[in-house]
Amino acid sequence: MTATVIKFYQTGTHTVGNRLLDPSQRSVQADMRRTNSLNSGHRACQGCGEALGARYAIDAAMQACDNQLIAANATGCLEVFSTPYPETSWQIPWIHSLFGNTAAVATGIAAALRVKGRSEVRVVAQGGDGGTTDIGFGCLSGMFERNDDVLYICYDNEAYMNTGVQRSSATPGAARTATTPAVGPAPGNVFGQGKSLPLIAMAHEIPYVATAIVSELRDLEAKVRRAMEIRGARYIHVFVPCPLGWGTRSDQTIAIARLAKETGIFPVIEAEHGELTAVSKIRKQRPVEDYLKPQRRFAHLFSPAVNTAAIAQIQALADRNIRRFGLVDAAAAAGAE
Amino acid sequence: MLKQCEGSHAVAATVALCRPEVICAYPISPQTHIVEGLSEMVRDGTLQHCEFINVESEFAAMSVAIGASAAGARSYTATASQGLLFMAEAVWNASGLGLPIVMTLANRSIGAPINIWNDHTDAMSMRDAGWLQLFAENNQEAADLHIQAFRLAEELSLPIMVCMDGFILTHAYEGVDIPTQEQVDAYLPPYEPRQVLDPREPVSIGAMVGPEAFTEVRYLAHAKQMQALDRIPQLAAEFRQQFGRDSGGLIRTYRLEDAQTVVVALGSVLGTIKDTIDDLREAGHKIGVLGITSFRPFPTAAIGDAVSHVERVVVVEKCFAVGVGGIVSRDVRTAMREHPHPIYAVVAGLGGRAITKASLRQLFLSAMADELEALTFLDLDHQAVNRELERERLTRRSGPIAENLLRDLGVVAARVG
Repeated sequence: MTATVIKFYQTGTHTVGNRLLDPSQRSVQADMRRTNSLNSGHRACQGCGEALGARYAIDAAMQACDNQLIAANATGCLEVFSTPYPETSWQIPWIHSLFGNTAAVATGIAAALRVKGRSEVRVVAQGGDGGTTDIGFGCLSGMFERNDDVLYICYDNEAYMNTGVQRSSATPGAARTATTPAVGPAPGNVFGQGKSLPLIAMAHEIPYVATAIVSELRDLEAKVRRAMEIRGARYIHVFVPCPLGWGTRSDQTIAIARLAKETGIFPVIEAEHGELTAVSKIRKQRPVEDYLKPQRRFAHLFSPAVNTAAIAQIQALADRNIRRFGLVDAAAAAGAE
Repeated sequence: MLKQCEGSHAVAATVALCRPEVICAYPISPQTHIVEGLSEMVRDGTLQHCEFINVESEFAAMSVAIGASAAGARSYTATASQGLLFMAEAVWNASGLGLPIVMTLANRSIGAPINIWNDHTDAMSMRDAGWLQLFAENNQEAADLHIQAFRLAEELSLPIMVCMDGFILTHAYEGVDIPTQEQVDAYLPPYEPRQVLDPREPVSIGAMVGPEAFTEVRYLAHAKQMQALDRIPQLAAEFRQQFGRDSGGLIRTYRLEDAQTVVVALGSVLGTIKDTIDDLREAGHKIGVLGITSFRPFPTAAIGDAVSHVERVVVVEKCFAVGVGGIVSRDVRTAMREHPHPIYAVVAGLGGRAITKASLRQLFLSAMADELEALTFLDLDHQAVNRELERERLTRRSGPIAENLLRDLGVVAARVG
């Protein structure tokens, strides 16, 4: 008997119990030797998706390279909540330079390591969606096209949270931010704008691109591990709900993230050299209302009147993701009907 | 070995002898020949143990240098003009983090109007950015200053800009003594960083500092530059011992002994000024020259001492602060607090306008007669300026200023017709 059927040990969740797994397959966070690279005691808000994502991603990266890791960090929440001198939550060598240059700083670190013959030391760059999709986009694209040996991780909470929730090019349509207020005839962020960094990364045909979500942390760990097996430019885009900016309860971060995936709003995918290689299927498809309703940034879609047109637009975008990436199995879809 | 070569190639060859480990480059005239030369040396194996990275912008160039330097590599880049402005945020960051990056600045004007020719506006735009700024008078000094710059930058853990006049030096062919690898190795030890990103000893670099310590951090940067005022002459003396020639130092004086008038300037224009002064000396005028090699740190005491006996100072500067006047002259004035002689600021050579001996001679004669205004624009075409002012008075939609001026001058018409 070599195969073990994995069972869900907690009814109603999709969490896999580590104790049912072979030790080699257990999560990094469940390992006593986890590095706590982003250590406790930092100043992130309760329920911060970014802190959770970064903790899992960096510890997984550390394990994958025998703790030989250097991180470059963009300006933003992650930088601010983790460090003000003389305190630092980082147990790894870590540098913050500017908001928009993190990918280039990481390129420089990688070049220095290469010239010094220290190929065992790996480089990770990380930033929020603003530092990645907007101000750091030029440097990121440059790092991609040169195929520099850097793993760039974007923690996407869909707005500039550190400066008080302003719109970024990752902010979804209709979302209320401080610069897309919920007033006027078309409240919230404009539809038809914004960009998908994972698709743009794929267009660079870099060795590895993946998206992940904090409700599937084992998947995030596996993707980081896969990325660390590869040399060259790699990109992981992690969807991280922000209770403060989204107006969600801090104990709902995981649930909201899961809904983003189960509605098709955030496709969880993997690609190598520009080709889609895997998608994480939706287990039980949900209408986008389920995702939108618990978030105050979308409250204007439901009150005082239900904005069916805007909700239909968001549903259409989710449906397009489902079609485009094949997020729902035909059999499962048929069964659901 | 004396070699007839372009200034850029002399700098490239000398930088290569400094054993840089990471070079990042983005093309901008007139700096390009330097990094082209280095890229070739890395490709053909002349320069080993060096990564050459073609980046997508100057902002990335400085950022790659920041990452490489923080990871313990000797890092070099070169830029000019708009490129320096585009990397401005990273320029300040490099000095704030205390990373000893060396950068050649092939001095060029800043637009608009776009202009590729030489002046010092680019360097002056970053004069308060926390970098040391050394100005080369000729190609030999441009090459030599890089060797001293790596040594000094790494001693202090501060970045240094070596400024050389675009085209006038970068593209001029002259005999330059390129030192041997042994000479450079004897002068420049391997880089030993004060802070380094290394998993063996993890540190956090670049975290936030609040009001409780920000002043002290900034003051220490100033204190280090003040230390450099002592180290720069010492390193120049050591350089002379090792290489057998004078290069660098804080200031350089010429025929200043009994001078009643001193002309202060930076960079390659010092050659023309010296020639003019030779002529005036022959005619019996007591006039001399003071060249500033180290503009940052500013050698306040050295300049004060050197000009204590003169009666007036003429500062010829290839830059100016719009709305105020001279930039270099204001700093020179601080050096003369104890000798409050007249200081004449002369803005010259903007956007590559030739600074001729004839104009300088006339200028210095006026200065010696104390007939100069406090602020003079050398060879300014007042008629052209007045025509445009009049046009703007008469017409609201007067159009692009630069185009108007060139139409008036007939240059556009001449080229089109």
